[in-house]
Amino acid sequence: MSEESNNKVPDNRNQNEGRKSRRDFLKNVGLFGAATAAGAGAIYSGYKYEQNKGSSEMVRVLTEDNRLVMIPRDQIQTVTLDQDALQKRGREGLEGHRWVMVIDLAKCRNARKCVDACQSAHHLRPHEYHITTLVMKDAPNTAPYFMPKPCQHCDNPPCVSVCPVNATFKRQDGIVLIDNERCIGCRFCISACPYSARMFHWQEPVMADTYEEEQPDYDVELNVPQRKGTISKCLFSADLVRVGQLPYCVTACPNGVFYFGDENQDAVTNGTTKETVRLSQLLKQNAGYRLMPELGTKPRVYYLPPKNRLFDAPDEDMTGTQIQETV
Amino acid sequence: MYKYTDTSITDNPKLDKIAKDLLQPVGLNIRFHIWMGLLTLGLMACLYAYWIQLNEGLIVTGLRDHVSWGMYLANFVFFVAASLIGMLISGILGLLGQEWIKPIARIAEIIAVAFAAVAGMVIVSDMGRPDRLPYVFMYGRIQSPILWDVTVVTTYMVISLLLWFIPMIPDMAIAKSRMDHCPKWLSFVYNILSLKWTHHPEQYKILFKATRILFILVVPTAFAIHTVTSWLFAVNPRAGWDSTIFGPYFLTGAFVAGSAGLIMAMYFFRNNYRLKAYITTEHFNKMGKLLFLTGLIYLYFNINEYIVPGYKLKTADAIHLKELLTGHFAPLFWSVQIGGLIIPLILLLFKRFRQPGILTIIAVFVFIASWFKRYLIVVPTMEHPYLPKQFLPQEWMLYQPTLIETAITIAPFILVLMIITVLSKLFPVVPIWEMAELGEQHEAHETHPIDESSLSDETDIKSHSDE
Repeated sequence: MSEESNNKVPDNRNQNEGRKSRRDFLKNVGLFGAATAAGAGAIYSGYKYEQNKGSSEMVRVLTEDNRLVMIPRDQIQTVTLDQDALQKRGREGLEGHRWVMVIDLAKCRNARKCVDACQSAHHLRPHEYHITTLVMKDAPNTAPYFMPKPCQHCDNPPCVSVCPVNATFKRQDGIVLIDNERCIGCRFCISACPYSARMFHWQEPVMADTYEEEQPDYDVELNVPQRKGTISKCLFSADLVRVGQLPYCVTACPNGVFYFGDENQDAVTNGTTKETVRLSQLLKQNAGYRLMPELGTKPRVYYLPPKNRLFDAPDEDMTGTQIQETV
Repeated sequence: MYKYTDTSITDNPKLDKIAKDLLQPVGLNIRFHIWMGLLTLGLMACLYAYWIQLNEGLIVTGLRDHVSWGMYLANFVFFVAASLIGMLISGILGLLGQEWIKPIARIAEIIAVAFAAVAGMVIVSDMGRPDRLPYVFMYGRIQSPILWDVTVVTTYMVISLLLWFIPMIPDMAIAKSRMDHCPKWLSFVYNILSLKWTHHPEQYKILFKATRILFILVVPTAFAIHTVTSWLFAVNPRAGWDSTIFGPYFLTGAFVAGSAGLIMAMYFFRNNYRLKAYITTEHFNKMGKLLFLTGLIYLYFNINEYIVPGYKLKTADAIHLKELLTGHFAPLFWSVQIGGLIIPLILLLFKRFRQPGILTIIAVFVFIASWFKRYLIVVPTMEHPYLPKQFLPQEWMLYQPTLIETAITIAPFILVLMIITVLSKLFPVVPIWEMAELGEQHEAHETHPIDESSLSDETDIKSHSDE
């Protein structure tokens, strides 16, 4: 505004004026050039479009709201989601679903394949657990058993309540996620979680150098790239669930321990056998239970008791620590 | 321009002597510079430790996934606790009309301001991403106790600062013309801070009104800050924290820590600032009684906090209590409970132990024990989660603070000492006008306005019944 008026008023105040109008001239030329190029581009693409019209074969694609439509193949553009889009869909979750996991303790022999698959998918070190297995013992005279322990994705999550900045949140499909672009690293959620399900990046994450080079976009559904000084946790593999696949740990299990599915559809699929069963039947027939129900956290992970086990009970000293009785 | 009205303050014949006594420690002497220099050196060393933590991450501390809150959080609780003494002295005792607190009220407020101001920094040292501190204000969610804590600690700091400053305005006016031994800029500062005070009765009326409103405001604010701080723990479903009495338990513990801190400060100023005529043995006697009272209430809450779960012995509580009473926390636990609470309580029953010197020694023990008590509240609970800790490196099992962590924990104490030093070296630590006024009131009884006996119990009680 002021520049414009400066140009109009003839003056002899300083020689800045000349420089300024020269800059304006160059700017105008630039603008004109850009407009010309854009116009030419538009005409050219219009021409190309007209030329190709009808010649390209039609393909059927699914839209985001599950409608089947047809478009010409050459019209297909790959959508690259920027961080904002990833964040938005990650925080909303998948409408109409209530994801649920069932863990059959009778089948676990501590292969820890679930742990490995999870850690490689989420770029974690060997002691950084989203899921781990524990050796549990309910009473002095009962046999110990193995218990895989992911985040319980509680419906009344204490971790979400205490988060001061909305970094950890509960989605409509039941998954509790952590946004490490938001997390301030206060670790209140670690204190609040009775299942010790969360971990903290006390140091640079293991793949920090790779992140430095490639600068990948942050996907809140994968929590990669991981960040020093922030929380990380089990995500129910929200990135895989979005594309209709089973979580990393579920498919990695060689022994059929994990079932994963949708409570709304009352169906869960075993990750090893790929057999789909009724959730309600499975829980009813096997006396399914949840961890520490007395705390009122309402977990979305169910356990089937370790009866008729496929494998021997674990050794007492295999964890390197004394087996603590379940509380 | 400003008419000086004839008031009792400016007419008071004792004012000159009192002002001379109380302004004599003010000013920046060589000892101040050496002391501040040493503190700065210490602070630099601690800041270097923090620099390492910023670069390497919290891996340089003893904290790991299970014990993820440790010494920093204990330190934070302690700082909030120590700051509450300002409220106890000015707020509660002030509102109750206790006259004897007048010479020590400003010292209590200095402690409150210093500890409350630094408490915020303590909590930042615990953050994994201190650069994201503004997020607390940008994306703050009101249901998180952290938001409540930020709000009330800030409020409390502001009220404490006002409670330190507003009663000091008349002193600034009295002192600005008597600052011959001080640098010129200090007189200039006094002149500004005196806010053109003329000792007009109307001004005093406003001052009394303002401080009274602040006294009333500071009580719920101070209750809120430590109750909310206790809720940082009590809202978590974990053995040792899952308690309904955590609010009052923390609050009474704070009064114990704060009283001990105030006694230490009183002893220091009395001896180094030559204030024996103002901070008298009777003040120590009274503070000794206050420490006893707060300690007794704290003991009562301790009994509730340990005996009730100990009677039921729910599994998780049993593990927690066993660790405290006989496990690897036992030496610390018993030293804190016996050396920092029970023995001091017994000793404080006797007047002989409420003398300045010996009382200060007791206060030092109580103060240190108060710090470790917070450590015992934070760490053992985190070491015993509900589910077992397995498949982890041995050093992840138990918490062991590191040297870097210790240095970062010491830094806030250095900062507190710096703030107290500056505030007490630039401004009189005992209110001049209130001393003059107090002297006036006791004129009838004594020839010398302020000496030891003028502040004894009898006069105090009498002045109350008069009201």
